Amino acid sequence: MKNDNENMLHRSGEADFGRRRFLSRVGMAAGALIAVAMGLPVIGYILKPSLPKMRRQWVPVGQINQFNIGDTVFVSFTNPSATAWAGVTGKTGAWVRRVADSDFIAFVINCSHEGCPVRWEASTKMFFCPCHGSVYYEDGVVAAGPAPIALQRFKVRVRGGQVELQTRPIPIT
Amino acid sequence: MKLSEKFLQWLESRTGLVKLIVSQAVHPVPPGARWKYVFGSAVLTAFILQVVTGVGLLTTYVSSSGGAYQSLKQIDSSQLGTFLRGMHWWGASAMVVMIIIHLCRVFLTGSYKFPREANWLTGVLLLGLTIVMAFSGQIMRWDQDAIWSLVVGADMAGRVPLIGNWLAHFMIGGEVLGSDTLSRIFDVHVFVVPLLIASVVGLHLYLVLYNGVSEPPVPGQTVNPATYRSEYEDMLRKKGVPFWPEAAWRDMIFSVAVVAGILLLAWIAGPHKLGKPPDASQVIAHPMPDWYLLWFYAMLALLPHSLENYIIVAAPILIVLVLVFIPLNNRGERHPVKRPLEVTALIFVISALGAFTMAGKQEPWYPHFNAAPLTADIIGASSGPVYDGAMVFNEKGCIYCHTIEGHGGKRGPDLTYIADRLTRNQLTLRFMNGAYNMPVFAHTLTTTDTEDLLEFLSTRKRPGYTVGKQLSAVRSAGPPSQAVSTASEGLAIAKSKGCLGCHSTDGKPMIGPSWKGIYGSKVTVIINGKRVVKTVDENYLKFMITNPDVWIVKGYQPIMPKISLSPGQVDKIIAYIKTLK
Repeated sequence: MKNDNENMLHRSGEADFGRRRFLSRVGMAAGALIAVAMGLPVIGYILKPSLPKMRRQWVPVGQINQFNIGDTVFVSFTNPSATAWAGVTGKTGAWVRRVADSDFIAFVINCSHEGCPVRWEASTKMFFCPCHGSVYYEDGVVAAGPAPIALQRFKVRVRGGQVELQTRPIPIT
Repeated sequence: MKLSEKFLQWLESRTGLVKLIVSQAVHPVPPGARWKYVFGSAVLTAFILQVVTGVGLLTTYVSSSGGAYQSLKQIDSSQLGTFLRGMHWWGASAMVVMIIIHLCRVFLTGSYKFPREANWLTGVLLLGLTIVMAFSGQIMRWDQDAIWSLVVGADMAGRVPLIGNWLAHFMIGGEVLGSDTLSRIFDVHVFVVPLLIASVVGLHLYLVLYNGVSEPPVPGQTVNPATYRSEYEDMLRKKGVPFWPEAAWRDMIFSVAVVAGILLLAWIAGPHKLGKPPDASQVIAHPMPDWYLLWFYAMLALLPHSLENYIIVAAPILIVLVLVFIPLNNRGERHPVKRPLEVTALIFVISALGAFTMAGKQEPWYPHFNAAPLTADIIGASSGPVYDGAMVFNEKGCIYCHTIEGHGGKRGPDLTYIADRLTRNQLTLRFMNGAYNMPVFAHTLTTTDTEDLLEFLSTRKRPGYTVGKQLSAVRSAGPPSQAVSTASEGLAIAKSKGCLGCHSTDGKPMIGPSWKGIYGSKVTVIINGKRVVKTVDENYLKFMITNPDVWIVKGYQPIMPKISLSPGQVDKIIAYIKTLK
């Protein structure tokens, strides 16, 4: 095989050399073109979901009179943007506290450290994270552990006797 | 001529494969490799097992966020399905274990040195791809652990500068979890990475054939790139043995053992349990990564919190760089006996990973939400303030983090004998102000709660042990020089006045600056809003103790109370601080 190759190259002259150099460049360019033509649409499609911002929407989480002043309670809702085949993965929740008559605070459930779900312990009036032991006071301020910042919040409003939260992305700290 | 021979002849004439395969199978390898060279082929066996069992599982598995959990339940509903999932789980574990052992062996025998640097680099790539498979595989087990592990993974990716946020959302397929989330993990776990692994394994094996199997190292025999290849070929001509079957039989037998082990574990222990449904509105969760990433999970809890951003981003880059640059040192001794530094480094890395993994299993930082409440037996009372105090301890969550006689969490100090260490004043300071990693309980505890809690904790002492004894032990330890006795009196005063409630003596930051090493150091204080650097000497300490609210040490709150001390007591405390070097 090797000898055949050398034989063949030996037979060729100057003209062949230039022509073959050109053809080899054409061949490589064609390969690159194919790769780009196939790859770009795929890459574009894969990246797509992370590019557009999600629609912020108000979702009702309960009648105002279901919330007692001073209590922090859990509410769950389905993201309005979730598809039918997202199943329970489309659900999420918030910790809601009625501070005064129509004054509400709604915390995201994700710890500001790594995003694990914090739980409210009513007896201590604190949020605890089960992953690395971060603790927050009832106003979301960090009490202990590795959490770098306070718990993030949803926007809340009361419309027609309904408490509504504005959906938001999972906080990435 | 037999029919089978005829067929082989036909195959060779039409494909040329028979000679090619036979010549490669019997290629000469160095003698004497024995059992330590079997781990690479065991990784390949485990990978093949993963492909085969994966293909099987995919006949039932549904790659949709909404359907995957039910399909996993369906797989688990039959005995054979559970067994198959068990094989895939133990196969993954075996692949990770074998790849680590293989890497350690190659490192210890210096087999990555000339001319096998590219073998090492493709191996490092395979290690990385295997970790991606391990992590995405945990996500494919689409339960509560899976979604939270993915959120944690995305959050970590979010720390990358500039593109972090984008990267995080790319990982979860949008700004929130949803139907795109699992599909992309599925794509990675089932198509992209397995194809990459298969290709790189091909390359890795080609390189093994091209560069030859490394000969077992001999102390004193060094690698010299100028002469290595000709020496190696000489050695093969003189002493080489055919790979098949002289060396390969051990690989085959060991692989049988690995497969048998996987089958046995799949049968006895079964697969990793499927957790609760992947529903982010179920917040009572306790997400944990599978064992191969526990070390990283533990590191995240135990790191100094301020360094976290740097370490999360820099550590993986650093690990990759170290692994990639190891073969830069591609000559010299190969035998571990002659490479003590490398061996020590490996032992250090393995012990660190092992220690973090064990810490991850024990999770001493985890608040024990389900800690059994203290019983009347432990409390030593069934009514009255002591009992009430214990109830406060149970109910206000103290028990989540503190242990008393073996009951409770391990996040904070064990309080079984707390009354031997802290006075009531010091305890009150802790409740009211919190401490490093302890929340403030000022607004959670009523005055009665605090009183009862103090009553209860005051009973937690070792029988027949007093603080006074400790001090007299200090005094009787040697001829009582003036300085020692003054300093120990200073300690007693500092304890009784509650100074140690806020100032540590071991360098730990608390409410106030630690006393350890403070004497003679330089500190920045805020005077009327301006920063001024001061040297800590006797005058400084005297001023700070008697006028706590005038100069504030940078980084601390202006909360130190004015404490009534006689000038003699101040001097004694300063004498004590001087001893804390």
